[in-house]
Amino acid sequence: MTDAVSAQGLHKRYGETKALDGFSLDVPAGTVCGLLGPNGAGKTTAVKALTTLIRFDAGTATVAGFDVATQAAEVRYRIGLNSQEPALDEVLTGRDNLVMFGRLYHLGLRNARRRAAELLDRFDLAAAADKPLRTYSGGMRRRLDLAASLIMAPAVLFLDEPTTGLDPRNRNEVWLALRELVRNGTTLVLTTQYLDEADQLADRIAVIDSGRVIAAGTPEQLKSQVAGDHIEVVLRSGQDLAKAVELVARAALGVPAVDQDTRSITCAVSDRVAALTETVVVLADAGIDVEDIHLRRPTLDEVFLRLTGHKAVAA
Amino acid sequence: MTTPMIPRTPGERFRWGAVDAWVLTHRTLTTWTRQPAQIIAGLLYPIVSVLLFGFVFGSAMSVAGGGDYREFLLPGMFGQAMIFGIGATMTAISTDKARGITNRFRSMPMSRSGVVLGRSLADVLNSMIDLVVLMTCGLIVGWRWHNGFGDVLVAVVLLLLLRFAAIWVGIYIGLLLPSPEAGAAIWGLLFPITMIANTFVSPELMPGWLGTIAEWNPLSATVGAIRGLFGNPGLQGTSFAAQHSMLLAVLWPLALLAIFVPLSVRRYRRLSQ
Repeated sequence: MTDAVSAQGLHKRYGETKALDGFSLDVPAGTVCGLLGPNGAGKTTAVKALTTLIRFDAGTATVAGFDVATQAAEVRYRIGLNSQEPALDEVLTGRDNLVMFGRLYHLGLRNARRRAAELLDRFDLAAAADKPLRTYSGGMRRRLDLAASLIMAPAVLFLDEPTTGLDPRNRNEVWLALRELVRNGTTLVLTTQYLDEADQLADRIAVIDSGRVIAAGTPEQLKSQVAGDHIEVVLRSGQDLAKAVELVARAALGVPAVDQDTRSITCAVSDRVAALTETVVVLADAGIDVEDIHLRRPTLDEVFLRLTGHKAVAA
Repeated sequence: MTTPMIPRTPGERFRWGAVDAWVLTHRTLTTWTRQPAQIIAGLLYPIVSVLLFGFVFGSAMSVAGGGDYREFLLPGMFGQAMIFGIGATMTAISTDKARGITNRFRSMPMSRSGVVLGRSLADVLNSMIDLVVLMTCGLIVGWRWHNGFGDVLVAVVLLLLLRFAAIWVGIYIGLLLPSPEAGAAIWGLLFPITMIANTFVSPELMPGWLGTIAEWNPLSATVGAIRGLFGNPGLQGTSFAAQHSMLLAVLWPLALLAIFVPLSVRRYRRLSQ
């Protein structure tokens, strides 16, 4: 499979700040790549560089098979971009906006009108189509903004925080629209601060910090690669805690974390099944009463914390 | 996935740019029809100011060298409307920049000259409507042109040349502004720029130094030139600037273009830094 996006060692400085510092990314065609990172990590700069909006200082990048630096015009024919804030004319109606963008893609007036009507229907905006944009809610604006990017069904669609500031219902609507787009063959690159959004939509996630990708893989790969599985044991009685910690440490081959209040012991494990079997056996042999015992994968939050050393912030 | 029809030949590219320009002009025309209140307010301004300056202030005004004040005033107001165009262009440009529309256009396969041409066409059209309204008001309050219709056309062309230069000043300032709201200060500056000129009062009646500034104001050149073309009073100035207003009415806008076109292009390029 060819790469829809391929970036190697992108650098971009703003004075003393290194917005991109060796940013490399490969996104296979037809997949969804989530760029996950805190505010200021370089997500937006990366999107701007890949969509020809800013020139980078060093490195190479191709999008849809064309060089971003030397074939910018070719790239622009094949991409869509949704910035953090909907980029629409506030005075015009929803339909006016879509017809205008359709004509700027040179569909011709008749086709632009037809396409606008299709998209308004699809994004559930038909009722508000002829109202000026300033009467739209945040969710409606986002949907219209997305519709504007889908006029041509681009080969690669870049979305910078597509659901920031949306309520859960609107967020789901946007997610639905994006999934349908991917089914039709578009490659998505989306930035997000929401771990569940990356988990929900992305085939692969690239975790970005300080202008570079510090980890990449499927959500599952990241979870096991970074933090591994955990075994969690909850005891019936707090009195057994000290002894149980010792036993779990030996059985699971790790250093357990203890929570006195919930009488629970958590320990990272490398071999899931062996650790679980061994722990069950040694605790039973020692006569310790166990209320619950289970294996769990780390959440993306934990992955993120481990990788970046700080929590993901929701802006 | 669909890709737009990609223009490959120079002819196709030219057509592509022309369509971009027309679509953006059409966008501005549509915003007018969507905001009738604003249009009415926009048309009301010249009507009110013709009344205000023509009758309220005008009652106490005299024209250097004699002549009817309203005959003197109207060419000044035509010129003022062209300079106010800086504000209109600036606001449109900075609003698009702040709303991310500029960036969306830049991520699309649009012709760069088409974007500018679209803006210019819309603004020039807007100014032509302004002029028609102002001239109609003028005719109602007693302003007349006394030379041939050919001279009227030349005067209109000179006014639109000034407006075209104002577009580029507006584009540059609009790209410079951090937000459309920050433009309020610039609007405040436009008033003195249009007043310290031969628009409302003859520079000969001002204190010496101020009169000199007023005479060399680019706006004074255009206003002086069109007063001559319309056959309106107020051409008693003896300075070089006043004597050669026709020449300067062509040179000043060209000079402004020579300064602000490269500045704007450079500023636009800096968006990609």
